[in-house]
Amino acid sequence: MVAIEINNLVKTYKTGTKAVKGVDLTVAQGDFFALLGANGAGKTTIISILIGLVNKTSGTVKIFGHDIDREFDQAKRLMGVVPQEFNFNMFERVGDIVTIQAGFFGIDRTNALKSSEEVLKKVGLWEKRTAMARTLSGGMKRRLMIARALVHKPRMLILDEPTAGVDVQLRFGMWDYLRELNSQGVTVLLTTHYLEEVQQMCRNAAIIKEGEIVRLDSVRNLNKLIKQETYVIAVKKMQPLSGIESYHPVVVDEHTFEVNLNRDEQLNDLLIKLMEHGFDITDVHPKEQRLEKLFLSLL
Amino acid sequence: MKEQWIAFQTLVRKEIIRILRIWTQTLLPPLVTQALYFIIFGKFIGSQVKAIHGVSYMSFIVPGIVMMAVINSAYGNVVSSFFGAKFQRNIEEMLVAPMKEWVIVAGFICGGIIRGLVVGALVFLMSCFFTHPTVYQISIVMVFMILTAAVFSLAALINGIFARNFDEVAIFQNFILVPLIYLGGVFYSILSLPPTWQNFSKLNPLLYMVNGFRYGFFGFSDVSVPFSTALLIVLTVVLWQVNIWLLKKGIGIKN
Ligand SMILES: Nc1ncnc2c1ncn2[C@@H]1O[C@H](COP(=O)(O)OP(=O)(O)OP(=O)(O)O)[C@@H](O)[C@H]1O
Ligand SMILES: [Mg+2]
Repeated sequence: MVAIEINNLVKTYKTGTKAVKGVDLTVAQGDFFALLGANGAGKTTIISILIGLVNKTSGTVKIFGHDIDREFDQAKRLMGVVPQEFNFNMFERVGDIVTIQAGFFGIDRTNALKSSEEVLKKVGLWEKRTAMARTLSGGMKRRLMIARALVHKPRMLILDEPTAGVDVQLRFGMWDYLRELNSQGVTVLLTTHYLEEVQQMCRNAAIIKEGEIVRLDSVRNLNKLIKQETYVIAVKKMQPLSGIESYHPVVVDEHTFEVNLNRDEQLNDLLIKLMEHGFDITDVHPKEQRLEKLFLSLL
Repeated sequence: MKEQWIAFQTLVRKEIIRILRIWTQTLLPPLVTQALYFIIFGKFIGSQVKAIHGVSYMSFIVPGIVMMAVINSAYGNVVSSFFGAKFQRNIEEMLVAPMKEWVIVAGFICGGIIRGLVVGALVFLMSCFFTHPTVYQISIVMVFMILTAAVFSLAALINGIFARNFDEVAIFQNFILVPLIYLGGVFYSILSLPPTWQNFSKLNPLLYMVNGFRYGFFGFSDVSVPFSTALLIVLTVVLWQVNIWLLKKGIGIKN
């Protein structure tokens, strides 16, 4: 069973902008799929067509086998959406926003309340249920949209830049949650500008350029195309970075510096070298790279 | 079908919560304005006006002033709620759900009717401070109040669908609705006008709503009550269809 089947999708806005120019795309059920592309590539337009916020110009779209021209209602029941921009009423209460969305999906009030409690607890907003949406922080607002997207227990979750404006701590939490959902069988489609996000979570990805898919591959294969990766290394105490000049180290502050590793270089070798030089390493993680870098190497 | 019914109830509940949440904008202002009408037109000016069909001027204007509040409240509720949902984009909560167009239309319209009826009832109660209210036939009063609220809620929804900014929300209300109401015989019987103006007034749909409503209170009307009822029903059906068509097309809400 495929989750999404898009054939020759075209969207020309009234302004004349050709945002999508004949896209073919298949996303398998259970996949964790990334839609990548620079600003204005057409990612949001494609997503908006899938969920019924934008009318397509031509082409066909099937969601779990339901053609959106004929069985959009069935298709809609299976999708949950986290849009790129906040789209809830800022003057409604957090709990109401989620419960009302459940009601719109035809879930009776008792079950709507139960389900909204479940999802709000899951995203850590249960304590905020009586707060006005306007008073939430940016990261909380995004989590509110995730809760709202899940309240009707969709089989596929679509997220348009879900981690924009979310701090690192929260982002990791969100990743865990998305992975957990995916392991329970929920298909996930997301767009992002963070390479790390793709590498950590997604299995497959499509790269879109100016409304066309220029590459569709597994993340594993796409990874191979990245010639260089930057790591951020945190140490207890900074000391002269001698002996590792070949990694082009750059000091960030008194506890961190960055190094560049080529594809053929092993992170382990570097770490061993650092320890030999007496560095007390507290953390190593790949630097979030703007995906544009990847595109530059690809396109 | 059960699913659509639940979605409808949800939308109506949401509209009621909204009305109550911002009651200082939804319920209070019409009471203040209509009280001024009672005082200025009814008391100050009305004391110098002779009775109409044997009804004191103060009593004569009660139905018109109630109707005016019903119309403004129903219209204002739907246009601002729908445009607000468009503006904040939470209309998308409905578009991503399997909600039928008629459920969306019916939900907003119910919100408008509910606010219209609540405000209408409050203004009528207020009129008791100024005059002895009489009701000739309550069923006619209710039918005209509900149908009029429905017609203006539906008109407001069209306004909300097309509106691109807050100016376009206010413009119809200020430049079309208000003149139509004033010229619709709220403050006078058109029988007291010269024939040309009488005929001209008959082009104004508000005349039929105000007079039908007034008939329910006093048992007299400047125009035929069955015709007025039929007009309201036709307007409701036509405007309903227009709204469904607009939403199906996605005009104003989808790109
Ligand atoms: N409502 C609209 N009317 C006209 N043109 C639009 C509209 N929405 C998007 N576009 C245009 O369509 C193209 C694709 O936009 P889209 O929002 O799909 O890009 P995106 O890949 O999501 O970009 P980003 O990463 O910035 O979110 C852009 O050229 C944009 O200007
Ligand atoms: Mg976008």
